[in-house]
Amino acid sequence: MTDVLIVVALLLVAGAATAAVLNRDPVRQALVLSFLGLTLALLFTFLQAPDVALSQLAVGSAVTPLMILLTVRKVRRRPGSGGDGADKPAGRER
Amino acid sequence: MTVLPYLVAGWIFLIGVYGLVTSRDLIHAVGCLAVTQSSTYVLLLAVGYRNGGTAPVFADAPTNSRVVDPVVQALALTDIVVGATVTALLLALVVQLRKRHGTVDPDALSELKG
Amino acid sequence: MSSRVRLWVFLVGAAGFAALFAAACFDLPAFGTVPHPYGVRAVHAALSHHTANVIASVNFDLRAFDTLGEESILFSAVIGTVVLLRQARDEHRKDPEPATVHPPVRRFALLTLPFALLVGLYVIAHGQVSPGGGFQGGVVTATALHLLYIAADYRALERVRPLTLYEIGEAAGEAAYVITGFAAVLAGSAFLTNVLPFGTLATLSSGGTAMVLNAAVGLEVTSGIVVLLARFLDQAVEIEDPGEDDGSPRHTGGGGGNGDDEREPA
Repeated sequence: MTDVLIVVALLLVAGAATAAVLNRDPVRQALVLSFLGLTLALLFTFLQAPDVALSQLAVGSAVTPLMILLTVRKVRRRPGSGGDGADKPAGRER
Repeated sequence: MTVLPYLVAGWIFLIGVYGLVTSRDLIHAVGCLAVTQSSTYVLLLAVGYRNGGTAPVFADAPTNSRVVDPVVQALALTDIVVGATVTALLLALVVQLRKRHGTVDPDALSELKG
Repeated sequence: MSSRVRLWVFLVGAAGFAALFAAACFDLPAFGTVPHPYGVRAVHAALSHHTANVIASVNFDLRAFDTLGEESILFSAVIGTVVLLRQARDEHRKDPEPATVHPPVRRFALLTLPFALLVGLYVIAHGQVSPGGGFQGGVVTATALHLLYIAADYRALERVRPLTLYEIGEAAGEAAYVITGFAAVLAGSAFLTNVLPFGTLATLSSGGTAMVLNAAVGLEVTSGIVVLLARFLDQAVEIEDPGEDDGSPRHTGGGGGNGDDEREPA
């Protein structure tokens, strides 16, 4: 039973990691990273590591995505930017 | 099952590095680095797991119960929090780069340098 | 290096890594069956020091010196970020106007705030007994404070968050760790040796110096994360570049998000 849970969590983590990398828009990536943090926390819980899971839950699904979103906001604020996507409301993911 | 966790860790590492190499946006690259980093946690905890073991906390468990390896968990635990602050440092560098050079595209940055 | 060349270099390297790593994986002992000599010894050592949470014992007792290194990385990363994100001479600060918050959001955030804070502090305090400790609890406490940003607005957060205090707190956490280490030297042992009485297993006052170091790390991580997020919020919300137009709000990230984007009208 535990084995099944671990396998499911592992596949979820692998999928979430792949999605986080392939989402080229940082805003979307931050959201997927948050989901990745959640799945990692789940996996760590199944691997009998509650300490690590707690840490991952707080950091991976809250702090890191928040900092990425704030950076995106700062970086895209400037008008007439050379950076692409600054003026497009939605992302430019592939 | 016997090697799947290790292979998943390897896959996360590779896909993270792929993202870093092909990234056109430094913020995205920092996110990819965070992904790459998480592969080490998966590998460490996978190595430390024991079938039928419980978490190495003896607050209400008998002291002779079978537990998973606490050492690798301690390693992963501190790195997660420290890694977040290092991510913050990298993002701060991105903000500075943007101020100085007006772009967050790594390719455009290397063109600036000449 | 053009992006095409770079991709090829990566593909060659990745293929090599994948082959070697897979070969190594199939040579590793099967998942979940390995004997763990270090793990067994760490459990014995932790129990002999009356620390119920073996992971806390490894971090703050057996490998306390290593954690000092980790803590210093955290400390210097926060300092580096503060330096990089300071307000430059040609930038000006603009007070964000208060924004309206949907009442359900406000109620929920205000309701959650005390519980989240309490959970964070509980997790720090019980680090040596139950899963948790200074690292995890510190992050929880620091992020819990920012629920106020969601519930009210940025200025409310600034009022309850005297940043200087947190900067001092961060330094004090790092200093407390080092001082505890030297206290052991003064007591006639090696640096960071566990010299305090161990107490009874699974009580709040167990673990000797592990308890003290855990609290020091909790203080440092809480303050460090608060300072970090404050700097990023400053940059994103308040500080403006010289040529920036003060006009229309430019909402980044139409992809929805966690609500933090929509806090203040620019």
